[in-house]
Amino acid sequence: MNHRPARLVLPLLAVALAGFAMSFVDAALLRERHAVRIEASHALAKRLELTDIALFTEARYTRHPSQADLHAPFQDHPLALEHFPTGSLIAPPRHEYLDRTTARAD
Amino acid sequence: MNIWIEQQRALIDFTLASLARRKARNLGLLAVYTLLVFVLASVALFSHALRHEATRVLADAPEIVLQRLVAGRHDLIPPGYLEKIGNIRGVQKMEGRLWGYYYDPVIKANYTFMVPSAGGVERGTIVIGAALERVRGLALETGISFRAYSGKLYSFVVADILPHDSELVSADLVLMHEDDFRTFFEFPAGHYTDIALAVANPQEVRNIAAKLAAALPDSRPILREEMLRTYASIFAWREGIVLAILSGAILAFAILAWDKAAGLSAEEKREIGILKAIGWETGDVIRMKIWEGVLISLTAFLVGYVAAYLHVFRGGGVLFEPVLKGWAVLYPRFQLAPEIDGLAVATLFFFTVVPYTAAVLVPIWRAATTDPDAVMR
Amino acid sequence: MIELIEVRKAFNQGKHNEFWALDGINLCIEAHRVTALCGPSGSGKTTLLTLIGCLARPTSGRARFKGEDISGLPERFLTQLRRRSFGFVFQQFNLIRGLSAEENIMLPAAPSGLPQHVVRARAAMLLDRLRLAHRRTARVEWLSGGEQQRVAIARALINDPEVLIADEPTANLDTTLAREFLAILESFASEGRTVILSSHDPLVIQSAAVHRVINMRDGRIVANYHDA
Repeated sequence: MNHRPARLVLPLLAVALAGFAMSFVDAALLRERHAVRIEASHALAKRLELTDIALFTEARYTRHPSQADLHAPFQDHPLALEHFPTGSLIAPPRHEYLDRTTARAD
Repeated sequence: MNIWIEQQRALIDFTLASLARRKARNLGLLAVYTLLVFVLASVALFSHALRHEATRVLADAPEIVLQRLVAGRHDLIPPGYLEKIGNIRGVQKMEGRLWGYYYDPVIKANYTFMVPSAGGVERGTIVIGAALERVRGLALETGISFRAYSGKLYSFVVADILPHDSELVSADLVLMHEDDFRTFFEFPAGHYTDIALAVANPQEVRNIAAKLAAALPDSRPILREEMLRTYASIFAWREGIVLAILSGAILAFAILAWDKAAGLSAEEKREIGILKAIGWETGDVIRMKIWEGVLISLTAFLVGYVAAYLHVFRGGGVLFEPVLKGWAVLYPRFQLAPEIDGLAVATLFFFTVVPYTAAVLVPIWRAATTDPDAVMR
Repeated sequence: MIELIEVRKAFNQGKHNEFWALDGINLCIEAHRVTALCGPSGSGKTTLLTLIGCLARPTSGRARFKGEDISGLPERFLTQLRRRSFGFVFQQFNLIRGLSAEENIMLPAAPSGLPQHVVRARAAMLLDRLRLAHRRTARVEWLSGGEQQRVAIARALINDPEVLIADEPTANLDTTLAREFLAILESFASEGRTVILSSHDPLVIQSAAVHRVINMRDGRIVANYHDA
């Protein structure tokens, strides 16, 4: 015989807190398991000299963003609008190359 | 101490009982709030883990990749470039790389064809990425034909499939022998896609890149640190917000929450007057309201965060798939290692719990300082 | 028990609509008695009740409770004193809608830090005594007027106050319920509580349960007679 809301809600909050804490424990355990996989991927990337991850395979400059440049999204026309969804998710690479000063035609 | 605990429990009881009066409304608010935390936390967890993973996996990418540009477009490296580079001191190793894209009209997907410089693929065979195996329905020792851009049909036998564990970097790869690659794309002899360079002394990388740019003015050197930076900044906050397509939703929710929390109705004002008249101090009223704000926002934060954790690290971030996939057909299946950015979690906590609690408190201050005899007038 | 000396109370002081609700009240209220403030509306009864009950402070003059000057106490102490020593039954009952009778009754005890079971037991006792036990979990807006008032009385008594203050308690009650209320009042006085109420209901003023009637008009006491 008890309808004290605090007695119901506070334990629920405690459970949520415990879940929050558990997520960090789970993360630590998972990380260990993932270490082997990441090492294998790393070795493969090194062997094949890969430069990019294959997350977005829809366009050149999203498949290999690190190899792309500011021109890449505008290849078809200088004023072409971005039309690949992922194009709006990843910024163009900010490579030093872009800052390279152009020699003046003096 | 005991008195303090009993007091807080009594205040929490009252807060919950009053929240329970508008059950649907408050549960709805809690659900929307939780959902918002869930999406924000998912984006934060996913993008941080992906950044971490990409920079770790690509840690040993070529130190310098040299491209050639013609009219702002990548062009093939013509013969003779390798020799010119050979004169630059400090370059330990260099090799022309052969890779390109192939559009497969059968499944309407783009593949990355490439020749591993270390070799290891026999003529007439290919080694394929796991997404290809899955989407194109290929298996070991099965044959597949690709129609080249020249119109000719070439057949290959699948000799190997790249490990599923590495899908994130290899999902769409098709590895082949150099001769096959050149024949298939009618790639002119002596030409390469780009040049990968290894540099003996890491301190020298920038100098060498500058020398390369000077020696080959139409070339564009890309440093490994630049490649890694591309991934270190992937889904930075701006892109992250776009990813969540949330800016509008956040504002809408902020308005909703502010309206709910800050808009003190006449009824609530009257209730605070009653509480003060029957012996509650201003501090008690404020503490009660703090509990209201904390209970709602903390619950939303904890539940939303834990759900996001499960979604990203136990569920593979399935909800992001349609967004990240875009118009692409091939999409890698991958589980990210749960690298968690404590600062991001703390920031998320701060920005979900504090503003809401503050919004609850703002009008209360005004009401709580009204005279207790107001209810008698 | 309660002493008021030259008490005045102004509203909107210094503004064009300044209004003196009380204008020089000298009054001494004895303990363990039922005292009624009576007079037409606007005569200052309710304002006087708020001063006696520590809901407000006089603009000038002194108020003493059990010999202690309370007119200069800071808000915090006034609130504590109010919670411990006074129980209020408001004219509109001022129950919190949507909460159950029991929750309403327990409210004034929340800041006291008393263990929950103690407060609950006391609430149950009061509900029993006021014949409301069967309505314990009912939302207050579902109760009848008489039941609501009894919930308000129970709420006023949860902290076991020495003084019970009731503002126009019978205004929303029919004759039977009003008589019942007076009977309850009498029982409080007989168990040692001080009851102060305001009313212009002849039923209350003429009742044997009321020991003393103070007549007010325009913020002053015009007549003051004790029962035999």
